[in-house]
Amino acid sequence: MADTPPAPAVSSRPERIVFRSPVTEARPVRLLLIGISVAVLGLFLVLPLVSVFVQAVNLGLGPALATFSDPEAVSAIWLTLLVAAIAVPCNLVFGIAAAWAIAKYRFPGRTFLVSLIDLPFSVSPVVAGLVYVLLFGPFTPLGAWLLADFGVRIIFAVPGVVMATIFVTFPFIARELIPLMQDQGTGDEEAALSLGASGWQTFWRVTLPNVKWALLYGVLLCNARAMGEFGAVAVISGKLRGETVTVPLQIELFYQEFRALAQVSAFSLAAILAGLALVTLVIKSWLEWRYADQLAATRKH
Amino acid sequence: MTRLRFREPSIIPGFRLTFGFTILYLCLIVLIPIVGLYVKTFELDWPRFVQIVTGPRFLAALRLSFGASLLAATFNVVVGLIVAWVLVRYRFIGRRLLDAIVDLPFALPTAVAGIALTALYVPSGWLGSLFSPLGVTIAYTPIGIWIALVFIGLPFVVRTVQPVLEDFDREVEEAAATLGAGRRTTILRVVLPPLIPAILTGFALAFARAVGEYGSVIFIAGHIPRQTAIPPPPTVFPLEERYYPAAAAIAAVMLTVSFLILLLINLIQAWSNRRFGNG
Repeated sequence: MADTPPAPAVSSRPERIVFRSPVTEARPVRLLLIGISVAVLGLFLVLPLVSVFVQAVNLGLGPALATFSDPEAVSAIWLTLLVAAIAVPCNLVFGIAAAWAIAKYRFPGRTFLVSLIDLPFSVSPVVAGLVYVLLFGPFTPLGAWLLADFGVRIIFAVPGVVMATIFVTFPFIARELIPLMQDQGTGDEEAALSLGASGWQTFWRVTLPNVKWALLYGVLLCNARAMGEFGAVAVISGKLRGETVTVPLQIELFYQEFRALAQVSAFSLAAILAGLALVTLVIKSWLEWRYADQLAATRKH
Repeated sequence: MTRLRFREPSIIPGFRLTFGFTILYLCLIVLIPIVGLYVKTFELDWPRFVQIVTGPRFLAALRLSFGASLLAATFNVVVGLIVAWVLVRYRFIGRRLLDAIVDLPFALPTAVAGIALTALYVPSGWLGSLFSPLGVTIAYTPIGIWIALVFIGLPFVVRTVQPVLEDFDREVEEAAATLGAGRRTTILRVVLPPLIPAILTGFALAFARAVGEYGSVIFIAGHIPRQTAIPPPPTVFPLEERYYPAAAAIAAVMLTVSFLILLLINLIQAWSNRRFGNG
């Protein structure tokens, strides 16, 4: 009696096991591949992120929070906000203008122009910074002229930091808008114009609402990069403490002081940037999930 | 009077304004500075140029950087393919989260990644302490550089392969299965070939990014000028040059390398368009 198998369970089981879609892998293989993905992403991407936050509170919450009353840290945070507040709108205006010119008209060399706009992505940030040092440095004709005649210092000063940031974040907004506006064509604008709207009205009331989510997406990525840029800014800033040091540079300066408290400060500032990255990722994922159709072209980069 | 027309006629206003601004801004921010870099290089005569860009330390740095970048990009192709496949083909709890995590290296500033990875892999770190009993040091060695380059390059392969895989027609696979192909044959002979352009593009993007990388590598390489045993990232060299034309020469070499990779990517795309009809 005890070794009588429960009949219904046996008869229903084989049917579930036998059928397997011919266009997917066996269950163990699927689980293995998912396991590998989770393990690699966890080990290489998530663990470093977690360690930033853990290292920040290594000596307790007090020293971590004390970082934010350090005058150098505070000045770095303000400078980073200032730089992003200049660089992002500049590239926003450029992105809209470039997308309008490239997507709404047909002229020879459009594809080439798009490649030129993407160029800063393939330039190493350090080389980007260096390019400006070589152009505006105090020993170059242009740099010497600006300094002597106008008293304007670009290299090892805030304007240089802003310019380097503009360079490295240059394509972000344009490259989100161009493919989308090309997909949307010119029908809506032509309709608005033929009904008597002016050019600006057409832009504000027709074009802008059509691309607003892609625009937000581009601004988000542009801002994340602007606030986090290290290489280009490191070359051009001269790292004058409290003057030209942005948050990523201040992280390096704190990190290079081998005191435990400075280490905590480095990781506390890093935690702020990591938090910013997380917020960026959440909003980005939300935009991709909620407005996928209005970003359609952007997912294909 | 016939006038050569640059653009096709359109009733939409604002071409001059937007096109003019685009070109002006592009020239001021990107083109003139880059051309300036190459012009600066011409202040050197040829033998001096060759002498600078073939300095033994610089060549050693290039070798290390290219080697580590190749290994990292290769690793990223294998792992990136698996991750892209899992994200596109399987439905499981946490898939959306995994998808979002892939973009982390794009969003996380490189300096943050650099100190975080270093903290993990120093001998007293969470992961470094697992390896130090085996006599393996990761931080401040080429292995550490490789890990940083894997970190920054991973999303490139996933994000170039993923859309191609999403567009892939499942019916082709069903046809292969109907015709008697096993799963392995189907994947190797039917699924993989159209993915090759995307894989190559992802590889080239990850490699290009790795060669020019500074932020994350500089921390884990523990670079202190003229003291560290392993060569620094090659981008550091122009920074150590006190003489501007020499710095420009090295930077111009690095820039040319990245332009060549960019050209290669465009050739792959063009070939892919001809061969498979997709980007």
